[in-house]
Amino acid sequence: MSKKWTAFAVPVVSVLLGLFAGAIIMLISGNNPAAGYAALWNGAFGDLFYTGETLRQMTPYVFAGLAVAFAFRTGLFNIGVEGQLLVGWLASVWVGVAFELPKIIHLPLAILAGALAGAVWGFIPGFLKARLRVHEVIVTIMMNYTALHVTNHLIRNVISDGSDATDAIKETASLRSPFLENITDFSSLHNGIYLAAIAALIMWLMLEKTTLGYELRAVGYNQQASEYAGMSVNRNIILSMVISGAFAGIGGAMQGLGTFGNMFINSGFSGIGFDGIAVALLGGNTAIGVVLAALLFGSLKVGSLNMPLESGIPNELVEIVIALIIFFVASSYMITWLLGRFKKKEAK
Amino acid sequence: MDTLTIIALIVSSSLFAATPLIFTALGGVFSEKSGVVNIGLEGLMIIGAFTAIVFNLTFEASFGAATPWIALFAAMLAGGLLSLLHAVASITFRADQVVSGVAINFLALGLSLFLVKLLYDKGQTDMINTRFIKKDLPLLGDIPVIGDILFSGLAYPTFLAIAVAFLSWYVLYKTPFGLRLRAVGEHPMAADTMGINVAKMRYIAVFISGLLGGLGGAVYAQSISLDFSHATITGQGFMALAAMIFGKWHPLGAMGAAIFFGFAQSLSIVGSSIPFLETVPAVYLLIAPYVLTILALAGFIGRADAPKASGTPYVKGNR
Repeated sequence: MSKKWTAFAVPVVSVLLGLFAGAIIMLISGNNPAAGYAALWNGAFGDLFYTGETLRQMTPYVFAGLAVAFAFRTGLFNIGVEGQLLVGWLASVWVGVAFELPKIIHLPLAILAGALAGAVWGFIPGFLKARLRVHEVIVTIMMNYTALHVTNHLIRNVISDGSDATDAIKETASLRSPFLENITDFSSLHNGIYLAAIAALIMWLMLEKTTLGYELRAVGYNQQASEYAGMSVNRNIILSMVISGAFAGIGGAMQGLGTFGNMFINSGFSGIGFDGIAVALLGGNTAIGVVLAALLFGSLKVGSLNMPLESGIPNELVEIVIALIIFFVASSYMITWLLGRFKKKEAK
Repeated sequence: MDTLTIIALIVSSSLFAATPLIFTALGGVFSEKSGVVNIGLEGLMIIGAFTAIVFNLTFEASFGAATPWIALFAAMLAGGLLSLLHAVASITFRADQVVSGVAINFLALGLSLFLVKLLYDKGQTDMINTRFIKKDLPLLGDIPVIGDILFSGLAYPTFLAIAVAFLSWYVLYKTPFGLRLRAVGEHPMAADTMGINVAKMRYIAVFISGLLGGLGGAVYAQSISLDFSHATITGQGFMALAAMIFGKWHPLGAMGAAIFFGFAQSLSIVGSSIPFLETVPAVYLLIAPYVLTILALAGFIGRADAPKASGTPYVKGNR
């Protein structure tokens, strides 16, 4: 079986298995799977408004997915996207609220602030990994909770006076687009979707067409060989986490400048960072794969909200389906083995 | 408030907050000692909390005051079953253990909330009536000063947690079973050569971590949150993971770290009523467990090293 074919088949089979398992759960719980999935489809693409919402939900997923995928290619597991996203969100909103500037400067500045904050949050685990060989998984998890409590503290005590949310950002820092809202029947779709497409393109160019990307991937394949070839493994590890954090930070800026227009106290995580892991895995850690997987997860998430209304099935079903999809992708050994068996039988 | 009351209050609330963390961190120790990373502790706690609350609400009428204790068994079973999924994926199917753990967390939350909506037709359960309550120990609680500080205002699961920590230490370090379990986590190939069934040991270890994770969630639900919703377990599992690392993958270390984290947590809650802590913003206490764990890993507070084979699936014949 060719490698390319496997790379394509594993995610597709995983998604199908996940949806199939979801159908079985619906059957067991006494619901009609066809009605459930019809409601899901209508909730995601049923009319222009829902399509707009799906694309809006997809935007931060693309960034979170790119962030996880980028680190993965250098052999690093960035579970810290959630935290990097939160600090990026706060930094962009902060700039969006505090400055009075023309739009052409203000908006890029706010996005840049988000990227920078995310990059700083990614630098710490990268540095600790490079210099002290501390495992990045644990550090990024700890950084997530640190980010959650620190941003909450800053919102309540520094940016506002004990209030639960920041002020709304200035119009000059907003990603809102009357045009996109008009053509999608006034959904909350914003200009971030263009940025997501550009970001995916940048990631592809950077990884596949530049020396930097070549080095990053080489370190991901084999650290010893890269070191021997004269690359600085430590520098690449730090760089990879910084860039990954910057992607995540911009994802946060999409929430702050586009979807919500402010930031509020979060009692828990938004989940976008963790979903980003699923997006990256399903997308095979490639730019185009991430975009497709983000579209899938965006439509699952938004579509699921329609399931209780139209078919009486709790929307958490979709969480279960997503979890199972991750399981199946992670257990790709099982799927390739199964596919291999299947092929052999056919050959006979 | 006089000093004694303050100290007694801090001690009892620290141990109260630490109890679920101790159980779950011990679960993490078992799993990681055998070489399987378990990010899924959070999910195991979620499923344990969910099972305990549902069991408690359903069977309170028949079991009366014993309900929370019996619910613990149900929760352990649920945690154990869920952990087997992690075991199958990460041991048999050689999945990335971190990814599989993340999936466990997703699955536990999705499944439990799905079932809550199916069972109760709303987003959260009712409050339970019979729960673990803080009380003073008979005899020991009557000792002046020491009794007031150490043996007053505690719930029984706390003592169970401390006992389980010592038991885990004994099992892991003083029995052949424990030696095998650690061998599988340090050098699976050597263990395999010596005739130890690596996969079987890892399955057992992950199952134990499921039992303890479920137990931790159940204790949390029945002593602290008292109902189940999406916000019941938010990070306690990861804090237990932090406690395990801060405790250097040692059962007693994990217990100590869990108590310390419980101390930080309770200070962030009761701190406002303590004179010299009023001025410290709660955020420092809230992030303390996480920052300290990072510092511990970085070697600033003694080096913490994971079991050598932790995180790598064992494939027979591979070098």
